[in-house]
Amino acid sequence: MRDYGADSVSVTEVAVATNGDVVKARQMVRTLAQSSGLSLVHQTKLVTAASELGRNMLVHGGGGTVRASAVVEGPRKGVWVEFADHGPGIEDIGLALTDGWTSGNGMGLGLSGAQRLVDEFDLDTGSSGTTVRIVKWGR
Amino acid sequence: MTDRVPVLKIGDVLLVSIQTDLEDQMVLDLQEDLSNRIVATGARGVIIDISALEIVDSFVGRMLATNASISRVLGAETIVVGMRPAVAMTLVELGLSLDGVRTALNLERGLGLLRRLQASRSDRA
Repeated sequence: MRDYGADSVSVTEVAVATNGDVVKARQMVRTLAQSSGLSLVHQTKLVTAASELGRNMLVHGGGGTVRASAVVEGPRKGVWVEFADHGPGIEDIGLALTDGWTSGNGMGLGLSGAQRLVDEFDLDTGSSGTTVRIVKWGR
Repeated sequence: MTDRVPVLKIGDVLLVSIQTDLEDQMVLDLQEDLSNRIVATGARGVIIDISALEIVDSFVGRMLATNASISRVLGAETIVVGMRPAVAMTLVELGLSLDGVRTALNLERGLGLLRRLQASRSDRA
């Protein structure tokens, strides 16, 4: 996946340490999705994915930072969001991306569900933390 | 302290209209408040209006399913009403089918469905 974060000139960010911060991150992503002209369905999918990933980051990674930016590629506009934590990392990525598998008290749809809701999904995990980057394009 | 979602009583129906972007703690509080109110009021039906919700993620979806199960155990049927089309499309793609949760298009239809369910239940009783 292209490094949209480095390419972008206007990245906004929210530090996530509480459930309330997840709501703030969600609102930041919604505002960007609206200003980028994403359709209502695309906005809803992106914000839902951001909610899942933001909560994952808080529950499993002990919190972290959500960064987001509008991105442009040729004629299309989209929104890029990055979720970075310094948690213990994900042991088995394949398993974590499986529907129905959960290490917590969710439904096991966080990662796999979020992946389905966006156009690009990139997961980088290790013992020093996990970073998930997503992009949702408008049509 | 976080805000709480109000639970209103109309006859033997409890009405919950979610009007704000839900924080996880509010979701958990609502679950507890609703269970307590069902027992305290002897309500036979619960309507949860989510027409103002811009997203329903897996956490809120699970709350809706769990609430329906708890209510049923306590003798009340739950109907979720007012889901936005974009939310429905997203939920299904996310992989949440909301099994066991009765839904209706709007509050009026939800109330109608509750009446029919209660009528068929009293026929059998």
